[in-house]
Amino acid sequence: MSGPAAASGRAAGPATNGHHTGTSSTPVGGDAVAHPRTDRDAGPVGEPRGPRADDERDEMRANRWMGKGVVEVGEVPDPQILSPRDAIVKVTSTAICGSDLHMYGGYIPTMEKGDVVGHEFMGEVVEVGSAAGNLRVGDRVVVPFPISCGACTQCVRRNYSLCENSNPNAGMAEKVMGYSPAGIFGYSHMLGGFAGGQAEYVRVPFADVGPLKIEHDLTDEQVLFLSDIFPTAYMGAEMCDISPGDVVAVWGAGPIGQLAVASAYLLGAGKVVAIDRFDYRLRIAQEKAGAIPVNYEEQDVKEALLDITAGRGPDAVIDAVGMEAHHHVGAINAYDKVMQAVKLEPDRAGALRDAVLNVRSGGVVSVVGVYGGFVDKFPMGAVVNRSLTLRSGQCHTHRYMQPLLDRIVAGEIDPSFVISHRMSLDEAPQGFEMFRDKVDECNKIVMTP
Amino acid sequence: MSVHAAITVRRPLDEVYAYWSDFTNLPRFMAHVEQVTVTPDGTSHWRVSGPVGTHVEWDARVVEADPPRVLRWESVGSADVENAGSVRFTEAPGDQGTEVRVEIDYRAPGGKVGELVARLFGEQPRQQVEDDLRRFKQVLETGDIMRSEGSPGGTRAGNQVRQRTAEPVEETPEGALGPG
Repeated sequence: MSGPAAASGRAAGPATNGHHTGTSSTPVGGDAVAHPRTDRDAGPVGEPRGPRADDERDEMRANRWMGKGVVEVGEVPDPQILSPRDAIVKVTSTAICGSDLHMYGGYIPTMEKGDVVGHEFMGEVVEVGSAAGNLRVGDRVVVPFPISCGACTQCVRRNYSLCENSNPNAGMAEKVMGYSPAGIFGYSHMLGGFAGGQAEYVRVPFADVGPLKIEHDLTDEQVLFLSDIFPTAYMGAEMCDISPGDVVAVWGAGPIGQLAVASAYLLGAGKVVAIDRFDYRLRIAQEKAGAIPVNYEEQDVKEALLDITAGRGPDAVIDAVGMEAHHHVGAINAYDKVMQAVKLEPDRAGALRDAVLNVRSGGVVSVVGVYGGFVDKFPMGAVVNRSLTLRSGQCHTHRYMQPLLDRIVAGEIDPSFVISHRMSLDEAPQGFEMFRDKVDECNKIVMTP
Repeated sequence: MSVHAAITVRRPLDEVYAYWSDFTNLPRFMAHVEQVTVTPDGTSHWRVSGPVGTHVEWDARVVEADPPRVLRWESVGSADVENAGSVRFTEAPGDQGTEVRVEIDYRAPGGKVGELVARLFGEQPRQQVEDDLRRFKQVLETGDIMRSEGSPGGTRAGNQVRQRTAEPVEETPEGALGPG
């Protein structure tokens, strides 16, 4: 994909790292790690190992999925290096993602009781394997949510969320879904069975490829969202192929929708419309990102969009809602809920349908909301008869981290505007509940271990 | 009984052939193969794990070696499970590396091949071969078998069926951090 990703000058980036190119020798493993656990337990040996060396405990606190609607913070073993390209990161900030709510609600298959969850996190490197690239103990890093090897054909093409090697349970994913995407931290066994980042420590595979070093004087809150929601939102806007002055409509004014509004403006949009039913989310999108708010429970969306565009319809639309969409037509919403409940339609796709029906002819439909399987009542006729372009993808996060960090450093955007609540990791169960129930105008929760 | 599977590995043809043709590498990515020793005369001895701690062993010889395109081998003597395998390597289009196609045939005395193979390799021999190929690709492309907390032993169908909880592991799994 063209665009700002090409500006990446990141030393650790796989595209520039010689040992991941097809012409180099195979980095066959078999090396010992720099600091095997036995050394750490035996006391100070060799070079300094960071704060973790002083930590006598071998257990840590972590947020665990215990069943539908239940997460609990408990003690689990400290993570350890399993491969020479691993690193261990001491988490300093971690966030709850909207997609965590799909899992919390029981919509993600192959979760097991006790799984450590979380895929938005950053922190300090406290241990590295012998082949973790230029990562060093003490480095401050943001970790992208997809796990990517940097060497397979998809990674070389920079489609990092499609990594062919990072999911050890690829066979399980193929049985459940028919295909296997990349492994993801803390997000079910069919996506790898990786312990997640809502914890004091986390093991990061392919640490020579994923983590982005933060060497600027920026707060955690300013850079944490490079792990997922800012790149996800930005990719959603980038896929719209925005020309200067274009009108873009974003379904879903949650944190990704809000950041998609901001991203669309960064890419030259003239007007960006945010569509939701929660006034507080629309207010944030309007006040912090400049959106034109449309509450679909109070306004006719089609009429509003035709008015804003003088009858043309928006040039591009973004679905930032995904598979648990609520629909403004009660009967359709009820139909979707029943079909999902009886497993005939796993994904409720109200937002996607409306997005397809409201974009202008020849326009682009960009989908970044999470979908797990099939949708029903998809208006394919509108796609074909109106020559729409449908684009989608789990975010290829690695592509966007450095260029978006550059934009943050340059002061073009501060994504921390989405944060509504800050709490301790121990309060994760209350956090999940209030985020799900949208209590106290809950928009985005950041936790510190 | 015949099982076939294919995968594309983003490494040059010669390198992919060379790694496979050194049979001592096979245990690194074939889940059930514990050890292969190669004697100077070119025959190899295979030790393969069966259910509940049992083993099956056989000798095999290479019947066709056409580097870097074709490699065929078959068991010799009175193997419990007579078997023959072939792997064919071709250049993939563009910069995508090498296409690898594997075919394995099993023959058992008395015609109970299905039962024996199922006992040895689980209910899904095709899945086993596919997972072996995934591990082959992982080793060549990334340098190691992919491991998670849920599957610390890497890609193998048994692990996928019997997952650990996705919480950190306490003991380093066998084979992690290299074959040695």
